[in-house]
Amino acid sequence: MPPVDETGRRRPSRAPRTPMPERDPVERAQDFDEVALGYTEEQALAEADRCLQCANPTCIEGCPVNIDIKSFIARILERDYAGGVAVIKERNALPAVCGRVCPQEEQCEAACVLSRKGEPVAIGRLERFLGDYDLACDLEHRCRPEVGTDTGFKVAVIGSGPAGLACAGELRRFGHAVTIFESLHAAGGVLTYGIPEFRLPKSIVQAEIEALEEMGVEIVTDAVVGATYTLDELMGEHGYDAAFIGVGAGLPVFLGVPGENLNGVYSANEFLTRVNLMRAYEFPKADTPVWRGRKVAVVGGGNVAMDAARTAKRLGAEQVFLVYRRSEEEMPARREEVHHAREEGIEFKMLCSPQEILGRDGWVTGMVVTRMELGEPDESGRRAPVCVVGSEHTIECDTVIVAVGTRANPLLTKATPGLEVSSRGYILTDADGATSLPGVFAGGDIVTGAATVILAMGAGKRAARAIDRYLAGCG
Amino acid sequence: MFQIVHKRQLSESVFEMGVEAPQIARKVRAGQFLMLRVNETGERIPLTFSDWSADEGWIRFIFMRVGKTTHLLSHLEAGDALADVVGPLGTPTHVEGLGRVAVIGGGVGTAVAYPVARAMLESGNEVTAIVGARSKDLLILIDEFEALPLKELIVVTDDGSAGEKGLVTQPLARLCDAGAIDHAMAIGPAIMMKFCAQTTKERGVPCTVSLNPIMVDGTGMCGACRVTVGDQTKFGCVDGPDFDGHLVDFEELMSRQRVYADMEREADSEYSKECSCHL
Repeated sequence: MPPVDETGRRRPSRAPRTPMPERDPVERAQDFDEVALGYTEEQALAEADRCLQCANPTCIEGCPVNIDIKSFIARILERDYAGGVAVIKERNALPAVCGRVCPQEEQCEAACVLSRKGEPVAIGRLERFLGDYDLACDLEHRCRPEVGTDTGFKVAVIGSGPAGLACAGELRRFGHAVTIFESLHAAGGVLTYGIPEFRLPKSIVQAEIEALEEMGVEIVTDAVVGATYTLDELMGEHGYDAAFIGVGAGLPVFLGVPGENLNGVYSANEFLTRVNLMRAYEFPKADTPVWRGRKVAVVGGGNVAMDAARTAKRLGAEQVFLVYRRSEEEMPARREEVHHAREEGIEFKMLCSPQEILGRDGWVTGMVVTRMELGEPDESGRRAPVCVVGSEHTIECDTVIVAVGTRANPLLTKATPGLEVSSRGYILTDADGATSLPGVFAGGDIVTGAATVILAMGAGKRAARAIDRYLAGCG
Repeated sequence: MFQIVHKRQLSESVFEMGVEAPQIARKVRAGQFLMLRVNETGERIPLTFSDWSADEGWIRFIFMRVGKTTHLLSHLEAGDALADVVGPLGTPTHVEGLGRVAVIGGGVGTAVAYPVARAMLESGNEVTAIVGARSKDLLILIDEFEALPLKELIVVTDDGSAGEKGLVTQPLARLCDAGAIDHAMAIGPAIMMKFCAQTTKERGVPCTVSLNPIMVDGTGMCGACRVTVGDQTKFGCVDGPDFDGHLVDFEELMSRQRVYADMEREADSEYSKECSCHL
């Protein structure tokens, strides 16, 4: 137990934040194994001991799904790890995933009282510690949220990404039967095809999905709703009483510059899907190929751009440039990812905007960029980049990966009459996720546009509660 | 898993395969495609439906043995299973109100031309079919075409071993010049579609082509299948696979189809070595 003072009250540790053990940058940039190794029990205890156990824990409000952070840290201090897992799972079905990929620095950790004067408690790393503890247990000893008494209602969840998985788990707790329809051959959505192995091992995603299946969630892969099935059919002849749409914003956005269809130009989606979902880094053991560039330019400044750049490095690129039109300060990527990318030798070319991709015999040979300056703030509040006249120059490269965002995929919405969407194709919902169609709810990127894993999970969960209320009204 | 229920060898390297997939079978329309994965380490490849039966719950496709995946496929038999079959994907071919149509099928593209011609006939169009191959041995589905109520079936081979000697563009030009068709639909190798588009463009006849770019997911997610149509970039999987042939940049399509040519050869030769070891 932690030290106590003479009055018997616990005295929190004043030690600095416990660093995350990480693999050596040179070594790790050669393979796809995980970069951050996770806390040991001692490290987790030392870090948990920094928590003040505030009477008014602001961190909980900083969490999009309001995990009872104070309690799970208290359980760690008591070495009751299974208890800690149970606390998290009350709110979040995927702690091993969120502990790795949540932007905690903008959420719970930003709200931690300690962050006012120094470094916040490493809440994300502690969450990961518990998540991994749970997954290391035998299946029967894992924390499994209790499944509700069978209500007789059936809910279709479309898409098995973070929103769909969170929604499905919650619906089972209410006792509704759940079938997830996934268009790809493997479940997990962006957790499977998008986020690389070295940041989120697929075995973790698989284990979390299996835990949901243990709860009775049925997953049907190779099922494209809008093509293999229509939503009308699911709600009609297939007998589903409600549906949740969590199909993500999966369509890649391109730059719209000349030369973009040359060989060697990838969307980040394609590049990452080939490597993560199809395991092209094992080619020819796995059958899907990926072009391994020698000099790779990645365009964009978000987490996906970092993932693509670091993946290209691991595929053997000699040089990887990250080309972003604003400055590093405006980059939407997590600081941690930026830091990891730099450590691995990614070269940052800030304030550069692509104008044209050059090629020879159909293949990329370079990219013309213009230097930018930061002007007045734009609608996003960030200073808008402005071209510096006459500053065009060429970056020599044989591969360009475009990671400038995604937009709504119309495949399902177009095939669903009566489902109202915005002018940009995102599904319109109320605060609970209810769409214009009765019994049909939606959440995640297909409603909000590209956002984070945890926001999508929060939306899935909120919608599950709304679906439960809707079904109660049907009964 | 998807059970294989039918397999037939159509020529030395072309095979027809049927798979039990009742949910897909009730949805397919002519011109649409499927994505399949042979096994757990397999790649996802797009193949166009050649036939289907909603009542009996099966779908069929025809493939040519060209790389590792199609080699693997060719070694499977009825009773075996495929890891994944997804579909139907893509926008169905527009078949209504076209009038007098020439449907051109080249090589393995004939597999797609057949259901398209059938659907056009069912919609009340008058259809002339032009079926071409390098030689007699490589012609496929001739009996099936002969069973359709076509205006005419024109068979063409490069070497003259069956039908007319020459290229499919010759009878196509003739039909255009005679004012005998209002529309052309060409399905085959990119180079053949390019010349069909050129032949019809010169003669002022609209021409639809069914493109076969490289794809990964087939649902609009990856953008590997982008093609230039007019001054726009389109996705072959969701915007197509059919496009106005007069506007397609075929040079770009052919270049993009070759991206992985070297790697595909590598994978196929590795696989062939493996196969010969097991003999």
